[in-house]
Parts: sequence; C-alpha cells; structure tokens
Amino acid sequence: MSYFFIIIISIIAVGAILAFVRFVKGPTAADRVVALDTISFMAIALMVFLGFVLERFIYIDVSLVYAVLGFVGVITIARYLEGGI
Amino acid sequence: MIVIEYLAYFLITLGAVFLFLGALGIFRMPDIYTRIQAGTKSSTLGAMSLVLGTGLLGFVSFTPGYPWLIKTIIIVIFVAIANPLSSHALARGAYKDKIAPFTKENIDAYQEVEKNIEEEMEDAK
Amino acid sequence: MMNSKISVISKLFFTWLIVFVLWLAFTTSIEIYEVLTGLFISFIISLFTFKSFTSRGLKGLSPIKLIYVIKYIFVFLIALVKANFHVAKIVLSPSLPINPGIVEFESKLDSDFAKMILANSITLTPGTLSVDVIGNRFYIHWLEVKDSDSEVAFNEIAKQFEDVLLKIYS
Repeated sequence: MSYFFIIIISIIAVGAILAFVRFVKGPTAADRVVALDTISFMAIALMVFLGFVLERFIYIDVSLVYAVLGFVGVITIARYLEGGI
Repeated sequence: MIVIEYLAYFLITLGAVFLFLGALGIFRMPDIYTRIQAGTKSSTLGAMSLVLGTGLLGFVSFTPGYPWLIKTIIIVIFVAIANPLSSHALARGAYKDKIAPFTKENIDAYQEVEKNIEEEMEDAK
Repeated sequence: MMNSKISVISKLFFTWLIVFVLWLAFTTSIEIYEVLTGLFISFIISLFTFKSFTSRGLKGLSPIKLIYVIKYIFVFLIALVKANFHVAKIVLSPSLPINPGIVEFESKLDSDFAKMILANSITLTPGTLSVDVIGNRFYIHWLEVKDSDSEVAFNEIAKQFEDVLLKIYS
C-alpha cells in the first residue's frame, strides 16, 4: 500500500514540476492561468487521495471547496482578459 | 469486494498517468489554444478517475463507507461540469486579448466575427 | 392564466427536489432532525431561486427522457476516454503531428442549457475546443483540421451528441 502511494504521488509530482515550468516561462497571462489550473486540479485529486491514506474524511470537503474557488478564479481572470472588468 | 478494490487501484493509476500526460502536453504544445486542449481533457479525466477510484477504495475499506462514495461522486460531477466551462471562457478571453492562434494552413473562421464585433463596439462609442 | 399558475408550482417543486437531493448528498445522513432542517432550508432557497433555476419545471423528469440522459452519459464517457488517448498519442510522439485551425458550424438546438451541454461535450471530445457560441453558430478550435467546410466539421464533431440532445430537448 505505501509503495503504491509513493509511486502515485511521484508521478503527479513530476507532472506538477512540468506545469510549473510552463507557469514560469509562459509568454502570456493565459498560459500561466492554464498551468495554474492544471496544478490546482492535481492538488484536488491528491488531497482526496491523501484523505484516504491518512483516514481523514474532512479532506474531501476541503478539496471540494478548493475546486469551487479555483473555478471562480479562472472565470474571473478570463473575464479580465476579455475586458469585462 | 476484491474486484472493486482492484478496479479502484486501476482507476487511481490511470488518473495519475493522465494528469502527468496533461502536464506534459501543456509543456510541449506550441500556443495557448493547443495548450488549453491538452490541459483540459487530460486533467478532467485524470482528476475524475483518481477521485472516483479513491471513493471506491474508501467504500470498501471503512465501515460506514457510503459517505466516501457519495462525496467523491459530487466532486466528479463538479469537475466534469466546471472544467470545460472555465477552459471555454479562458479560450475566448485569450482570443479577445488578441493572441493569434498558431496555424499551418491559416484556417480561422472566428477572425471576421471578432472584427465585426469590435467595429460595432467602436460605432457605439 | 391557469397554465402559468401550474407552471409556477411545478417549477417550485422541481427546484425544491433538486436542492433537497443536494442537501442529502452533502450531509450524507438520514437523521430525522437533519432531514427536517434540510426540507425547511431547501424550501426557502427554492422560493428565492426557482424563477432563474429552471424554465420547464417537472416536465423534464419523464422516464423516456431519463433513458436518453443515461445514453448521453455513455456516449460522452466513451468520447472522453477516446479524447484522452488521442491527446496522449499526440503528446508522446516526438514530432507533434498537429494542424490546428478554427472552424464554424450551425446547430439545430434552441434551448440555452442544451447549447451549453453541447459546447461542454465538444470541449471534452478528441481534438476540439469550443471558443465561442453566437446564436446558433459554434466556433470550434480543431487540432487536426480535415476540411474547413462547415458541413464536414458538423458531421465530424457534433453529430453524435446533437442527435441525442434533440431527443431530450424536443
């Protein structure tokens, strides 16, 4: 079980590093937002998985709230790029 | 029960691999629209299957197991509805921010529509 | 007059039902006090929101439509898995075989909610991303453009979803 957890978390960590490189390099603001959105979805999935490993049910509620906040943030930045705000 | 457990392990591994492939797509693609394409598809299915696999695993491992399954299904439905919406809004925002799409054969049907909208806005002013 | 009164009651009950099911899912408990509180609070919420929440009321719950909704979910899931393997194939090949462009087509749907579902599904199917929807015209960013003609694009991208959606929203 613990080996399985370590393999899963390292696959996702390598992915998060790749997305973070795009976040630093990305030529426009929209590129950075896409990279940040991907990282936040990785965090949601890992938070639920960590809640199972540590046997804490409350982590699922935390990740649900984090998903809602990330969605609202991306919509706000998209409105700003359109010139709506 | 043992079948559900192996299905859950399979879903979790699949989700992690797809999340990694989505990040690789964001890293390699040439412009913003193709990056949104790779990022949104892979992160949607990756997060959905990892969360659903964890829910199934929690359903068979703990004694009142059904709250894990119900809560994770709520997260899966929310991700499936919200992620395409935000990527659609972001693509339109990027186009209105005058980021030209990378094309090889210069196929862009949206260009004229965007020009007309801008001219109407300037006339209104 | 009579007709509009009935539709107000059916809209209110539809919203109450949806909000109460959400309450049950979030609390995951069937204690009598929690259920009573949920009934009360979801009634108050639906009193304030039923006008903008639904336009069809309880008519959307007929069993034949439910069968088509389940069929739509299966069509959508198969397309989603295909899309992910398609993206994986492109990302893992060293030369990035893409030919992107933006195409347009017209759809026969008239309900706003159905158009939203169709645009979301197009975003999650292989190699396509909806950029804008103006009236009935969809503007789609396509990763491998085969033909810029709108008829070909419609048949390739949206036909399988629109056939089922037209049966649900007829």
